Amino acid sequence: MSHNLKNITLKIWRQDGPQAKGNFETHVIDEITDEASFLEMLDILNDKLVHDGKEAVVFDHDCREGICGTCSLMIDGQAHGPQRGTATCQLHMRQFQDNATITIEPWRASAFPLIKDLMVDRSAFDRVIESGGYITAETGGAPDANLIPIPKPIADAAMDSAECIGCGACVAACPNGAANLFTAAKVAHLNRLPQGQAERYSRVENMVETMDEHFGSCTNHGECEAACPKEISIDVIALMHKDYRKAKFANRKDLARK
Amino acid sequence: MSLTDQLLAQNTVKLDSKIPAGPMADKWNSYKDNMKLVNPNNKRKFKVIVVGTGLAGASAAATLAELGYQVDAFTFHDSARRAHSIAAQGGINGAKNYKGDGDSIHRLFYDTVKGGDFRAREANVHRLAENSVDIIDQMVAQGVPFAREYGGLLDNRSFGGAQVSRTFYARGQTGQQLLLGAYQQFSRQVGLGGIRLFNRTELIDVVVIDGHASGIVVRDLVTGELQSHAAHAVVLATGGYGNAFFLSTNAMACNVTAAWRAHRKGALFANPCYTQIHPTCIPQSDDSQSKLTLMSESLRNDGRVWVPTNPNETRPAHEVPENERDYYLERLYPSFGNLAPRDISSRAAKRAVDKGLGVGPKKNGVYLDFADAINRLGREVVEERYGNLFEMYERIAGENPYEQPMRIYPASHYTMGGLWVDYELMTNIPGLYAAGEANFSDHGANRLGASALMQGLSDGYFVLPYTIGNYLAPMLNKAIPGTDHPAFKAAEEEARIRFNGYLASGGTKSPDYFHRELGKIIWDYCGMERTEEGLKKALSDLPALYDEFKTDLRVTGNGESMNQTLEKAGRVDDFFQLGMLMCKDALDRQESCGGHFRAEYQTEEGEALRDDENYCHVSAWQWGGDPMKPNLNVEKLEFEEVHLATRSYK
Amino acid sequence: MAQVVTSQRGPVTGTATRSKKRRPFLIDLYSTAVGKKYVMGATGIMMMGFVVFHMIGNLKMYLGAVHLNEYAHFLENLLVPIAPEGVVLWILRGGLITALALHLHAAFSLTQLNRKARPVKYQSARDYQIANFASRTMRLSGLVVLAFIIWHLLDLTFGVVNTATGAMTTVGAHGEEPVKNVYDAVVFSFQRTPVALFYVFANVLLGVHLFHGAWSIFQSFGWNNPRFNKWRRGFATGFAAIVVIGNVSFPIAVMAGIVG
Repeated sequence: MSHNLKNITLKIWRQDGPQAKGNFETHVIDEITDEASFLEMLDILNDKLVHDGKEAVVFDHDCREGICGTCSLMIDGQAHGPQRGTATCQLHMRQFQDNATITIEPWRASAFPLIKDLMVDRSAFDRVIESGGYITAETGGAPDANLIPIPKPIADAAMDSAECIGCGACVAACPNGAANLFTAAKVAHLNRLPQGQAERYSRVENMVETMDEHFGSCTNHGECEAACPKEISIDVIALMHKDYRKAKFANRKDLARK
Repeated sequence: MSLTDQLLAQNTVKLDSKIPAGPMADKWNSYKDNMKLVNPNNKRKFKVIVVGTGLAGASAAATLAELGYQVDAFTFHDSARRAHSIAAQGGINGAKNYKGDGDSIHRLFYDTVKGGDFRAREANVHRLAENSVDIIDQMVAQGVPFAREYGGLLDNRSFGGAQVSRTFYARGQTGQQLLLGAYQQFSRQVGLGGIRLFNRTELIDVVVIDGHASGIVVRDLVTGELQSHAAHAVVLATGGYGNAFFLSTNAMACNVTAAWRAHRKGALFANPCYTQIHPTCIPQSDDSQSKLTLMSESLRNDGRVWVPTNPNETRPAHEVPENERDYYLERLYPSFGNLAPRDISSRAAKRAVDKGLGVGPKKNGVYLDFADAINRLGREVVEERYGNLFEMYERIAGENPYEQPMRIYPASHYTMGGLWVDYELMTNIPGLYAAGEANFSDHGANRLGASALMQGLSDGYFVLPYTIGNYLAPMLNKAIPGTDHPAFKAAEEEARIRFNGYLASGGTKSPDYFHRELGKIIWDYCGMERTEEGLKKALSDLPALYDEFKTDLRVTGNGESMNQTLEKAGRVDDFFQLGMLMCKDALDRQESCGGHFRAEYQTEEGEALRDDENYCHVSAWQWGGDPMKPNLNVEKLEFEEVHLATRSYK
Repeated sequence: MAQVVTSQRGPVTGTATRSKKRRPFLIDLYSTAVGKKYVMGATGIMMMGFVVFHMIGNLKMYLGAVHLNEYAHFLENLLVPIAPEGVVLWILRGGLITALALHLHAAFSLTQLNRKARPVKYQSARDYQIANFASRTMRLSGLVVLAFIIWHLLDLTFGVVNTATGAMTTVGAHGEEPVKNVYDAVVFSFQRTPVALFYVFANVLLGVHLFHGAWSIFQSFGWNNPRFNKWRRGFATGFAAIVVIGNVSFPIAVMAGIVG
């Protein structure tokens, strides 16, 4: 049964723009049903702020079903908050207690420049995909879908890593601001499939090197896996590291042939 | 003379559907054989704007860029991977007949026309069914990890309203995997320079010069800056308008603005009253709720829907004895039972709740009970089939569906109506195209499960790249107006005035407040069941609330930086105008068909009663300067292949 | 507090069209963070090999001065007479010094990269879920171990801070030829309580460093197999434990008077 939470103190990061100085602003929610989602609590706060003539807190969100990857937020020091395998938009207030103080910060990484308040720009992820996170199959030339059978375990493993929603929690949670989990999830998805073999080594080389231009490095803390709303395993990182190593040798041979 | 013919005679806009001649099965091939082509070296001389990067937009932009056109793609999201196509769970239909169960292009075509309650354009639907086969090939080549059987071949399942297994799926995340496939193909073109991507940029107006779509005015959401972009053709792939209901399964940012602004510039808006209600959503739990979450329809394969017979029932579900439960779907529709089509089971749930038999703290849902399935199959089998859905339910509702039945209730999910387009997906404004959910063409009055993904990809991959070439070919070496043309300047100025107006309105209520109130009116009177009386009430309440919106709106912040309140104000403004049109259209269509159910027009058993004599037409509305005074134009629907018949799922 | 420069607004296109700079293979490999991690891993393996053999060799202490001094003499005379005395040992030392230098350089440049990746820290406390003491203190434990190595070399290899180092003895020698009295030098060193305590402290941190490092190697090189993955953590724990127990036993044995 639902009940009402009382006296929730929110410490929210407010910052007018990329260059502005930011600070925590404190707001108190006197009472809220524990059926409300975390973002609905922010909606209520924003409605009140607008009503009081103040500017609403800016934060990214869209589908609110945990699949589009738009929502973010560092909640009490954890990317996407305290519930494992759950994006912020699916976090509900029943995870919190009466009289709680909740601290909300934007995700911090140089690759994710802050736009305003809690909103950051995650375009660097798109740059990584643009550099190789695809299978080249221009429209129209595809062979019959059942031409190449894919063993079920391979298809399932590819799907496990393809579930990545591109939210950036891995980067936010990583003490080094590394994007290895994001990049490796895509590498593992495509490099496992027969369709992805033609570009296997150019893909991993290009993606890793583009990742390198934007993000920090992996030191195997495992925080990314814990923060990932889709619980993607860091095993994919090992797979990417293996393929990158192989790629460096394979691509070197190809270059020599040119 | 039928009403359709009378209205046809009064049309103020010539609605030429441009359906190619010849037998149904040859129309699309004959179109492709006869269309005009642009020489590969000349394609780079044309610029095409694609607004929206969902399935339709991303696939169209990628394919056009691959062909060599210059493409400018716009999304209001931070990335092209976020569009709400991503949330589709169930699957995508493809008439592959991999199961050898007698499926064919014709059967998919037939099912879609029938499922749409005979209000779709046959030729478009047939093309959709033809393309469905190529879509599966294309997406597999793209690396979409569809579910496989142990032999390594693709798995299929059957889906609502179909008697064959033709639905391809990727766990409960088919939409995500398809969108990511299209997004990756799109991103490749961004990387190669074929597409220029504008993110966090929202369409504010469509610019029409000399009767041709010549470009768009957009607002950079980060800086608030208004910019004009000119092109030879403009594609709107901007999704549906389900958020007019405020509470829907759509994403928070889904809106009608792009289609509506095109409508105000002369594009006709067709069948706005055709909205689909999905029967299995989690009921609203509190007044602050911002959206509803859909639970995949596949749950109805093993769950049994029931309500207690006593309106004052207070016992927990498992303590209610069998003889005090009403398994109303099984009782009313013995042959389809819990698998009755979406519109039918939605209305049955509404009737139960309206009778006071609803369950849950707010008495606003019905039970979807898995106790029998767990007894019959064992908990493990149920967990394997629905584990992730049960988890999601528990996360949202805070109840364990293994122990107590789920509570479900219908919610707005998809909109079949949209911008009127011809066979080439071009609106009545030359050079302006609408694709995916933004157009009206393929689903008639009701969409079948697993068909939305199919339509978005068909439009983007396999229709627009051909039809746009046919339009552009004669325009070779003709200059397009620059963005300094007075029409662009005027549109920019109008937008500036509009947005400054929101900021200056100085009232007391937030855009969200108005959206919520607006949504309540539309849901109550233009939702699952509509009546003449209710629609008239809505049409008097809406303008009053709209007036209040204009005077009592408060938007804080400024127009020079990210301001989500301001964005919302513009979207709600357009929803108001659309809401009035939805009610007008629903009032005007004096029949029941598919998602449009008028209580006055039903059979004795309470099923939708069509009026093929007078309403076998598309209602395409023209902007009349005042949202309450649109002009009706009609396109008569002819059925050559599928004979008009009453749908029966008994 | 600005979170780095704002991203440029405006269209994005042609992001993957830059041609790659061609560089010598090894430099190219080392230029990326993943490449540097390979170097961290490879040099780590070399030093792990050294650490474990060093520990095993030193266990000779428990057999008595003769055995230990003889072992030290053996190392000095590796491959003699093919190579002159001490040369092979110095080649091995050269390899280890190079490995250490590369390990340090890679660690330093990765640290720089990681600092740059998050110039503005979180302003509220982080609540780490998986990251452990070992993984969070690699830099610190590494620096302590580095300081220890320097001290240890000055102490027992070069004798700068140990008057007993380098003294000769005939105990344990082949025939009458005197050999270095390593045994006494060790005993002398560990009879100084602060030295012994520092030795213990540094070796515990070495264990912490190895606990994360030995596991990380598998990730960095991508040695990943679902069947064996669960053993990786066990290997790292076991390896670290053996090295620490072996090494720490020496000063304790000296202080307890078991050896001496």
